[in-house]
Amino acid sequence: MQDDRELVTGQKKERSDRGSTDGGQVKSSDRRKFLMRVGWGSLAGFLAINSAAFLRFFYPRVLFEPPSQFKVGLPADYPIGTVSSQYQREYRTWIIRLQDGAFFAMETKCTHLGCTPSWMESQKKFKCPCHGSGYYITGLNFEGPAPRPMDRFKISLAEDGQLLVDKTIKFPGIPGKESNEVYPQSLLRV
Amino acid sequence: MKSLPEITDKVKKNLIWKSIFRRDYRNTVRDKAQAVFGNVFLHLHPVQVRESAVKLRFTWGMGGITFFAFILLVITGVVLMFYYHPSIDQAYTDIKDLEFQVPFGVILRNLHRWGAHFMVIVVMIHMFRVFMTGSYKAPRQFNWGIGVFLLVLTFLLSFTGYLTPWDQLGFWAITVGTNMGAATPLLGYQGPFSEYLHITPYNDIRFALLGGAQVGGNALLRSYIWHCVAIPLISIILMFVHFWRVRKDGGISKPQK
Repeated sequence: MQDDRELVTGQKKERSDRGSTDGGQVKSSDRRKFLMRVGWGSLAGFLAINSAAFLRFFYPRVLFEPPSQFKVGLPADYPIGTVSSQYQREYRTWIIRLQDGAFFAMETKCTHLGCTPSWMESQKKFKCPCHGSGYYITGLNFEGPAPRPMDRFKISLAEDGQLLVDKTIKFPGIPGKESNEVYPQSLLRV
Repeated sequence: MKSLPEITDKVKKNLIWKSIFRRDYRNTVRDKAQAVFGNVFLHLHPVQVRESAVKLRFTWGMGGITFFAFILLVITGVVLMFYYHPSIDQAYTDIKDLEFQVPFGVILRNLHRWGAHFMVIVVMIHMFRVFMTGSYKAPRQFNWGIGVFLLVLTFLLSFTGYLTPWDQLGFWAITVGTNMGAATPLLGYQGPFSEYLHITPYNDIRFALLGGAQVGGNALLRSYIWHCVAIPLISIILMFVHFWRVRKDGGISKPQK
């Protein structure tokens, strides 16, 4: 044990001697420190870039999901005062025509925890199966734990006369407010 | 006819037996210790434990039972994977297939499902016991921390496994669960200030978990990979640390005096 320690310190001494006799040159201990920093630094940088790439990997560039803008047929296809669930499954959107003939598109998503409510034709309301939230035909919540009305999407007329829904433009429901009044631009009158 | 000692002699005194077991076993204290010490699977376990440490009334054996449940789930889970496709067209019917057509499929699936419930229950009892006996105190604080991670990983294993049958229950559980992520401040698009931070449904934590903006095929595949590969790997690594630290922190905790 004693011998080993002497051997180690002896080596160190020898090296530092050699470093100092270089005269104005870089000390070998400094060089070693520098090289260690470069080595560990490159490894750290490599790992950092790799971790960033790994995180980015979880965000795909191309999605195989339905497009966010889609046509839903001619206005005449929709009777007055009805809720169409035709695009519920694929696009998660209801096409609704009110009694006054105005159209709007609403996301099929309960504002409580995101389940899909169902339109109850006999009771004229949307009912969420998860926790019992209820909404009027305009999306205004009136029962259950839902905190606000359901969100609407932009609906307009395309050049070919069909209704065009744009899910990138959203009209979020405001608690206690009727979306027809807050967002008159969400309504389409043909 | 050969006598029994002759047969055992023939079995034991050859190169194959000796290369597997390396040395002869005599029923001595030294050889008993050596059997634990020299075995790759048992060497994490202490060679000797105090009699007080194996008092069931104190430890309840819940940590060991949790590990047993984990092994059960790994075995049944690997076997289930032979009949399961993680795709939205096949996942649900594969589970039906396992339940009604695959030989012993129903017992396999139920072992896995009930085993998962069992593991969550016993891991919580284990935590309760460690808390009530004060075994989280010094010098065992670090291992308590590891245990908290293992508890969370157990919950995540349950949660990710929930989606795999692709039924209504799992679908809505993942919908609600990832919406909670979406509502988390600074991580999800529904959190506060998200519009100023440019957090959208297409770049938040929910998007990374689902592999898309809605619960679909990518979400099923991701949940499957987390469930079958990634989280078990992380859990196994932490389990090694957990068991090793039990020994390093002074052995399994025991009654005072």
